[in-house]
Formats: sequence, C-alpha cells, structure tokens
Amino acid sequence: MSQTTAPTVVTCGADMFADAVAGQAVDVERVDWRPPMPGTEADLAAVATDARRVEANRTAVEAMLGVTAHLVDVAPASEVLGLEKGQFLHAGPPIEWERASGPLRGALMGGAALEGLVDDPEDAVALFESGSTVSLEPCHHRSAVGPMAGVVTPSMWMWVLEDRATGRRTYCSLNEGLGKVLRYGAYNDEVLTRLRWMGDVLGPLLQAAVRGTSEATDVTGILTQMLQMGDEAHNRNRAGTLMLLRDLSPAMVTSAEDGGFAAKDVADVLRFVGGNDHFFLNLAMPACKLALDAGRDVPGSTMVVAMARNGTDFGIQVSGTGDEWFTGPAQVAEGLFLGDFGADDANPDIGDSAITETAGIGGFAMATAPAIVRLVGGSVPDALATTRRMHEITLAENPRWSVPVLEFQGTPTGIDVSKVCRTGILPQINTGMAGAVAGVGQVGAGLVTPPAEIFPKALAALAARVPR
Amino acid sequence: MKDHVELRSGAYADSVTLLQVSRAVQATPGVVAAQVAMATGLNLEVLESMGFDVPASSPNDMVVALRLDDDADVAQALQAVDAALAPTRPSAGDTTEAPPRTTGSALRRTGPGALALVSVPGVSATVEAMDALESGHDVMVFSDNVPLAEEVALKTYAASRGALVMGPDCGTAVIDGVGLGFANTVRPGRIGIVAASGTGCQQLLALLHHAGEELAAQGTDGIGVRHALGVGGRDLSAAVGGLATREALRRLDADPEVDLVVVVSKPPAPEVAEALARETDALGTPVELGLLGRGQRDLTAVAEAVLARLGHDAPTWPVHGADDAAAATGPLLRGLFVGGTLCDESMLLATEALGPVRSNIPLSDDLALDPGELLADTHTFVDFGDDALTQGRAHPMIDPTLRNEQIARAAADPSTGVILLDLVLGHGAEPDPASLLAPAIEAARADRPIPVVVSLVGTDLDPQGLAAQRDALVAAGAEVHLSNAGATRRALDLLNRSAGSTR
Repeated sequence: MSQTTAPTVVTCGADMFADAVAGQAVDVERVDWRPPMPGTEADLAAVATDARRVEANRTAVEAMLGVTAHLVDVAPASEVLGLEKGQFLHAGPPIEWERASGPLRGALMGGAALEGLVDDPEDAVALFESGSTVSLEPCHHRSAVGPMAGVVTPSMWMWVLEDRATGRRTYCSLNEGLGKVLRYGAYNDEVLTRLRWMGDVLGPLLQAAVRGTSEATDVTGILTQMLQMGDEAHNRNRAGTLMLLRDLSPAMVTSAEDGGFAAKDVADVLRFVGGNDHFFLNLAMPACKLALDAGRDVPGSTMVVAMARNGTDFGIQVSGTGDEWFTGPAQVAEGLFLGDFGADDANPDIGDSAITETAGIGGFAMATAPAIVRLVGGSVPDALATTRRMHEITLAENPRWSVPVLEFQGTPTGIDVSKVCRTGILPQINTGMAGAVAGVGQVGAGLVTPPAEIFPKALAALAARVPR
Repeated sequence: MKDHVELRSGAYADSVTLLQVSRAVQATPGVVAAQVAMATGLNLEVLESMGFDVPASSPNDMVVALRLDDDADVAQALQAVDAALAPTRPSAGDTTEAPPRTTGSALRRTGPGALALVSVPGVSATVEAMDALESGHDVMVFSDNVPLAEEVALKTYAASRGALVMGPDCGTAVIDGVGLGFANTVRPGRIGIVAASGTGCQQLLALLHHAGEELAAQGTDGIGVRHALGVGGRDLSAAVGGLATREALRRLDADPEVDLVVVVSKPPAPEVAEALARETDALGTPVELGLLGRGQRDLTAVAEAVLARLGHDAPTWPVHGADDAAAATGPLLRGLFVGGTLCDESMLLATEALGPVRSNIPLSDDLALDPGELLADTHTFVDFGDDALTQGRAHPMIDPTLRNEQIARAAADPSTGVILLDLVLGHGAEPDPASLLAPAIEAARADRPIPVVVSLVGTDLDPQGLAAQRDALVAAGAEVHLSNAGATRRALDLLNRSAGSTR
C-alpha cells in the first residue's frame, strides 16, 4: 500500500470488473479464463492448497535444470544395462505382445532375428505369443529411452550419458537413419544388415572415439547451441549431429588404427553419421531423461517427468506420484505423409522421444525451428504461437536453452499437470509416424498431443496424496 | 409460441456477460423470452420455472433457451445469440501472442506490485488466487461459494508470505482511490477501512463521503478515504480467525498517510472480536471497531463515531420522498436486500423492535427460512447476494430478476405491511439500477399503497449518479434514505402506525 499510483490489475473472471478498473485509467491485464477440464475442480483446489506443492515444484525444476549431461561411453546393452538374451526393451509404458501395435511388433521381430533367437523374423511371432523365453520391459524402467518402437536388445550399442555431480547415467541406442529402419517397425534384410554393421563397426568406432576424446562431450551444451541454430532437437537435429561429428572425429581418426579399423570404416562412419540428420536425437533424448530423472520423486510436485508412447498407449509419469504410469489411448499424428501413404496407413503415436517435449524442447521449442514447420504441417506463426502456448502449462523457463526469435526467452520447462487440467492446453509433440503394419517403416511426420484424460487421472492421484 | 433449447458443450462465458447476452437477445424481434446461461442447478431451476425443457446437461454446458413467436425465425434469433456472445475486444496485432490463460501467466507479463482480481466461479477461485500468492502478489477474490477450508488454506499461506487475501466473497475494495469489484467513488482522505463485509464497507464509504462533502461546503477541510481493504465476510469467523484483517491492519498501520482505521464486519465470532480488540490497542494508528452484532452500534453510528473522533459533528443523513401520511398496509415487514451486511444490520435493528425475524441468513439457526422458501407468515429478511442464490448467476446488484420477482410476491401477500429494500451504486453495479427497480416498486404499490423504504447506498461521484437514481425511486413512490439504519428505523416506525399491528 506504499505505492502512490495504483498498480496494474490482473483480472480473472467477469469482464465487467476489468472494464470498471480500466475505466479508472488503471492498466488491466485480462486472463482469458475458461472452466478447467470437466470434473477436475475439487482435485485442482486440493493440489493448489497442498502446502508442499510450491516448494516441491521448485525443487523438482531446479534439480532438473541443474543437470549437465556428458557423453562418457558407448557400449553394448548387455554390458551397460545387463540385458540378457530374450530380454527386450521397448518405448512407452508397459505393454504385452497381445496389445502391441504393428511397428512395435515389427521391431521386436527384427530384434529377435538380430539376436539369433530366430532365423526368419516372421518366426518370432510364435516366440512372442508363447512368451516363455522372452520378456518385454519399458526402456524407462532401465534408465533408458528409445525413439519410435524403442526396441533394445543385448547386442545393440548404447550411448552412455552421465550427470557427473551424482554419477547417475542414462542410455539410448544409436540412430539408424530414416526410412526402412527397425524403430519404425521394419525388419527386412536391409534393416538387419545395417544393424549388424552398427554393432560391428559404428558402435566400436564411436566407443573408441568417445573414450579417446580427452574432454567428454557436453551434450547439454550442444543442445544449447543447436537450439540457436534452427534445431528443436526432436524432428530437426542437423546442427547437433554436425557438432557431435566435429567433437568426435579427431579421436575417431586417431584411434581407428589401434582398434583394427580401416580408413574405409572411418569414412563409412563419418558418412553415415553426417548423412543422418537425426543422429543426434539419440543423444538429445537421454540428455533430457537424465535431467528429468533428477526431478523425480519429489512428494507434492505436479511436474511431469516422462511422456512416452508404445504405439498403443500414451503414458506419463509425474514427480509426486513415483513410478506410476497414467495412460490413455495414443493418438494418430496430423501432418505430412511420405509418398503415397495417407492417414489410414499411420500407426498411433509411438516412442520415448516425447521426453524432449517433457524437457521443454522438441514441439515446445518449435519457434526456434522454422525450417521444419512445413514438415509437421504448420506455418511460422503457428510455431511461435506453439512455443508461447506451452509457457501456459509449464513451471519455468530454461535459462540455458533459449529461443532467439522470442527475445531469447528460455524454453517452456516442466509440464505442470495442474496447469494442463486448468487450461485444457495439451503438450504439443513433434513426431515421426510409423506405418500401422509391421514391416512398413516410416510413413510421415507431424504433430500430436497426449490423450487429454491422462492428466485428470494424474491430478486425481496427486490430490489423493495430499496430506490431510 | 415455440421454444428452442440447445446445449453448447465447451462454451463458456461469465454470468454477467450471459445476462447481457440474454437481454440483448430478448430485444430481438420475434423473441418473447431468452435465457442464455451456464447449466448450473440454480439456472436450470430458473429455466424450468420459465417453462423450458432442458435436456440432460453438466454445469460446464451453456444453455441457449429461446421462446419465439410462431412466425419468428429460429436461425435469426440464434444469430443474435452468436453476435451477442462474440468477443468485443479487437484481437492484438501479433496473432502469435495469445492472452494469458491463468492468473499466474498474466502476472508473469505484468510488473511486480500488480494486484490480482479473481471473479471466476467459486470452485475455481482458490486455484487462481494461489497463483497470485505464490508469485508474491496480493489478491482480491470477489468469487463466492469458495469452501471455508480453502479460504483458511489461502489465508494461512498468504500470512506466511506477508501477502493480503481480500476475500473470498469480497465485494468491495478501494486502493488509492481505485475501486475494485463493487466500489463507490469517494473523496480522497486519510481514513483507512478494513471491511469483512462488502456492502457494510460501501455504506460506510457513502456516509463518510456525504459527511465530507457537507464539511467541505462549510469550508472545513473535508475528510475522505485513502484505502478500503475488504477481507471477506468470513474473515472474523472462528475458523478463519481474522487472518486477512490482521494483515490489512498491518498495512494500514504502516501507511503514514492513514490517520484513523475503521474495521467493519458482519457479526464476528466473539473470541475473534476480543482478540482483535486487544491487537488493535497495540497499533500506532487509532482504530475504530465497527463490528455488527446484538447490542452493538449500527453502521451509521460507527460513521458518526469516526467523525466525532476526527473532531466533526455528524450531518443530518438525507431522506427523500417521505410521506407523513404513510402507514403500513399489514402486520409484517418484508426486507429484500442485495447487500448481506445491510440485511444483517436491518435484522439486528428489527429484532430489537419486533422480536425474532426469519431469514435465509438468519441471526441464529432456528430462524432460518425453509429451504427454497423466501416468504413466511412472519417478518422476513432475504439476502439475494447469499451464495445459495448466486450459483451460476450474476450478483443481484447486476441481475435484479430474483429480487423483483420476490417484491411482487411480497406485494401480493395481504399481510405485508412495509417493504424495506436497498439499492447499491458504484463501479460494477448495474449502469441504471433504479430503472430496473422503480417499475417493480410501482407495480407493488399499484393495488394498495404499501410503504416502500429504500436505503440507497452511493455517492454523487458514482457512475450512476446518486441524485438521478434517488429521484427515479422517489417518483416510483419510495422513500429513500442514505443511511440503512435510518431506513430500517423508518420502516419499523411505519409498521407501528398500522392499525391492528400484530407482533
């Protein structure tokens, strides 16, 4: 009450009161308020008045923003995850073969052939139907993330990222490129041949390069730079891929000979990586997971720590509710299709790559990637509006990851379950689209949102945990 | 005539906007009746009473109910609905920047020191208010129907941050001369008000303003109000314990521009009132406590005490339209109020003279009117601003429909002797409320000259203009007072004049 002039008044509710204040020559900022998602009012109030919430969300956000991800190794999943023959990791929340979608089935079948469990991928169907010698588990349950089908088998080589402050690590497979690839559910000879080369040449050479690079690559730092170079780190990773190549190439060249690799192998790897604009995605994803995992398990926090899809279900995990998944049916993306493919060919949303949006990039940083707005079927103004809209449902701005065209505003960070329920604004995800039939591969790319109902479910679980 | 009823799921507008929409559509040729409202229980009852058949709906649905002449065009009427619902504000130049969707988002866009004014439906008000508090801003919660436990949680959190929660159900605040919610425009001065009562605050503002004008006319340095901080009608209840009153007192005590603080409240919990009296004694700024209750002073007496404390005599409070020949037409008093505190004050005075009176906001539980009943065979007082009568509806200061219906019912009851009303002016109230009330008064007096006494709470600086409103009521046959206590005493006096008055 010490000010001599009346302050700005923010009005939320009846326009009449805003008009009355404006009529007294006072600045008014009007909230475009609308009722929350149906049936959420009581839970919203319970969570809003949870005495732990404000501090819990601050703790979760700060923990997340405090993480720097360093690339410390590349090694087979059998070594770093202890994955054994017959164990398969997959994207998204838990699922059984019976409910698995086409692309997930295709990737599992290809993975079984890669591991020598069957000679012909088609024979793997019986293997998974019987279920006696194989098991399925989400990547997320093993500190890993996988794009699209996200299938990981013991022989696949994994990126290893570490938070040096705590020693925590996250993992992700190596990116195969676009088109007919396992992660999109393709499993023909071309796919398996490439995967074998990745295991024989790409993985070991990358391992030599990473181990031979004196200063470990700062993946979080590359993300900072690439966001200022037109990448949003989900559907565009071109600058990030080239910066990675810049960091790893010298050691790859010098260590190749000791490892018994020919110059041609080095050239093949450089060509493969440099020619795959999505190569860095598989580093962006575990970097995001490493940060988000730091924000897990804060009682009272309403921050989403994972969004993931298995092609059938879309699931989220929330800081204040531990490892519980809140799931609903995965949606089909809207966007552009390759060749003759159309909406009927597309499988519902799949992949752990929405971890990028969970961390505030990907679709959330769309404003910084105008080059790909057409790929996902939008316009440049749409991209700016999308990033701004995501600030309505997030808890903070990331001081390291900023968007030049929005005056270097930090990316919208930390999805708040409560704000999603209040505004009805759903997280915007940039995604690739897999063919619905096993074996087809990629059919397009576009934009998708989670099913709305999973947020009220998560909110109810948060409300139920409020101490009385 | 034909009816057209449709549900619009996902559509939303606040009750005030929908009232304006309904009125605009009703003025369309061929439209006999129109009600556009959110499908809350209360609104469904109103629609039912109008004879509309509404399909199953949820409170988040918007109902468009139209009654048309047989030859009227439904499409044309719906066009009028859409036109009235269309936003009137031009969209900003930059289409990528959308308006904020939460109070928190809006506050991020404003500088520090911004104040939030929340008037969304009560079930959602706490969430918006918390946004303001957690980012260090004061908030006024106009919304009613906020659960008591949420009010306690809000105010407890605010106290831990040194923030002020005005409300919930806070009708009125004046901060540095800026009126928020329902507020009167008053002379500036050095009095601070803390009000656990919206219309109580407005009564005090109106009386002090009038006294200030009179003093100024005599060449005396006028008096006026610097801040009036509402705290919500339940702040001095046992459950809330005066959390916001304490913070408001702290602010006013610290303000060197405030010489005297007045606290007004609906009847408080005795233990909270006692604690408050002890605490105010310890403040550096003198505090005048005007807490309503049995045996306590009325608001006009509090205003007079404030004037006396500042060394001024109270003026004669104005009365217009008094008819010396008037007499009650029956044994019973019917108090029909839009202001809860004005209703409380009148009930306290009436109880002293008449014994117990029945009400929807009774002085004790045994005096409650039966649910859904607003008229009884004894003296009755109704507060149309009470939570139960405003769910999904605009406040009666804006939407007079329910009270006007009740005036007609009271007039039709032969035992009604005197009708006692209030009318409140100021920001946020109807632009011309007398034009809506006067016809109801005239109609009530059409068959027999039932005395109608009105307390008209407002100032000559209010947007509606006090004099014009008063004249319209007087022309309709009402006797108009500035003092609600004065109006009530006059009504009681008229009741005594009726032949064969029964108690």
